[in-house]
Amino acid sequence: MTAWTRGALAPAPGAAPLPRMLAAQTVAELKLVLRNGEQVLLSLVIPLGLLVVLVTVPFIPVDEGGRADFFVPGVLALAVMSTAFTGQAIGVGFERQYGVLKRLGATPLPRSVLLVAKTLAVLVVELLQVTLLCAVGLALGWDPQGSVLSVLALVVLGTAAFSGLGLLLGGTLRGLTTLAAANLLWFVLLVLGGVLFPVSAFGAAEPILSLLPTAALSHGLREVLVDGALLPLRDLAALAVWAVASLAAASRLFRWE
Amino acid sequence: MTAPALDVVGLVKRYAGRAVVDDLSLQVRPGTVLALLGPNGAGKTTTVEICQGFRTPDAGSVRVLGQSPRDASLRPRIGVMPQTGGAYPGLRCAEMLRLVASYAANPLDPADLLERLGLVEVARTPYRRLSGGQQQRLSLGMAVVGRPELVFLDEPTAGLDPQARHATWELVEALRRDGVSVVLTTHLLDEAERLADDVVVVDHGRVVAAGTVAELTSRGASGQLRFRSTPGLDLDQLLNALPAGCAAKESPAGQYLVEGPMDPQLLAAVTAWCASNDAMAADLQIERRSLEDVFLELTGKRIRT
Repeated sequence: MTAWTRGALAPAPGAAPLPRMLAAQTVAELKLVLRNGEQVLLSLVIPLGLLVVLVTVPFIPVDEGGRADFFVPGVLALAVMSTAFTGQAIGVGFERQYGVLKRLGATPLPRSVLLVAKTLAVLVVELLQVTLLCAVGLALGWDPQGSVLSVLALVVLGTAAFSGLGLLLGGTLRGLTTLAAANLLWFVLLVLGGVLFPVSAFGAAEPILSLLPTAALSHGLREVLVDGALLPLRDLAALAVWAVASLAAASRLFRWE
Repeated sequence: MTAPALDVVGLVKRYAGRAVVDDLSLQVRPGTVLALLGPNGAGKTTTVEICQGFRTPDAGSVRVLGQSPRDASLRPRIGVMPQTGGAYPGLRCAEMLRLVASYAANPLDPADLLERLGLVEVARTPYRRLSGGQQQRLSLGMAVVGRPELVFLDEPTAGLDPQARHATWELVEALRRDGVSVVLTTHLLDEAERLADDVVVVDHGRVVAAGTVAELTSRGASGQLRFRSTPGLDLDQLLNALPAGCAAKESPAGQYLVEGPMDPQLLAAVTAWCASNDAMAADLQIERRSLEDVFLELTGKRIRT
């Protein structure tokens, strides 16, 4: 090891331009998600596998229309939930536990840029998920209706709602507790959220269950993609309420360490 | 005198009514290294975390490079190395350093820094697979890569092997030479003795001693001078030849011990007196207090948990 030349460490402080920080942070967040085996399993492998099995193996009966037409919207909702809620909650929970978020707080990286980078990474992963799920769905005979813009509105509001919930969970509980809670909620919402069968299958509980974010997203997506609805207002409203409430709570309760 | 790099006055922080930092004041002169010493639980990390803007004090004032610790515009000017952690477990060593470098306008070259920190071989190893010492060195690199004016290092050499410890010390010395101010929290008194311009000893949230290493080790108490000579020299006569406040004894025969304020004059007086008695002072040994002696005197020898 060579000696330090004089002046090599002379102070030259300054923050990088925000776009450069944002780009670097987004790439880092994406690497973290795509390298994490459990996150890839949760976000890509399980939704894809589930879609193939649900469409090709008729153990869950479907009322009308093609099997793919019913299951693709539900699995899309599941994919959004997996990335924006489950993956993000677990990631944030452990980043807090490892002291990463605290330490980044002592760098020039503004917290707002960190959160925008996380959101951008979630959106990129979702783009990947939606592309793959739609391609597999089309190969399985999916015949989508409706407008892309309606789907986009639902996915964006759903992402906001799930991100708020994910940050709320991961930002308040310890890493391992977050892991357990997020996975449990993922499973509960998979069953009760209209992914595998319509919420109407739960009879009297339907009015309550249909307000769950996963149920609102899967129902709204079916309204658009199966029936060609333009704006499934009730579902959009439910997601908007979840988004506002969870993001407000997260911004109040989130702890960086 | 120019404004201090860090100016802490009357700092108080209470947890559940108990003051963990209790009216603590300290200053870091620009371009110098200050070592913050103290037993576990003395309030060192709390003090440093207030200076870094992570905690708010209950009383007192803190100015970091003339700014409030919470100022966003202060962030590029300081570098922080926490005691543990602080990196993404899933990012590789070099990726983590480059990420932090990307936050800075004029960062050091991450590749060069990795080489100097001895991390080239593990540049592509994920952080979670690095050894404790490698994680420490990366963390040090993350603290300095943005070319800050003031660096906080919380036990930077804990768990390092001797080579890595020396590399760390050389980095701290180079920082100081280039005008960077350093606040160093440490348990290692030889580290403080080697690196620090000023030492602040903290216990129970208060400053119990402050000054340069030389001031602390020479303050108050005495040094010891041992020598061998002809048995049976007249000690009363010796004491008359020495400044007031010295003590002398012979035990066993021919082995002498003089205690007193150890300075060149005392040494000269002892050897001159031996010469005047036609005695040879052999195996002369001067024992000065180390910083460790001072530290143990100030904070007690009971182990803290």
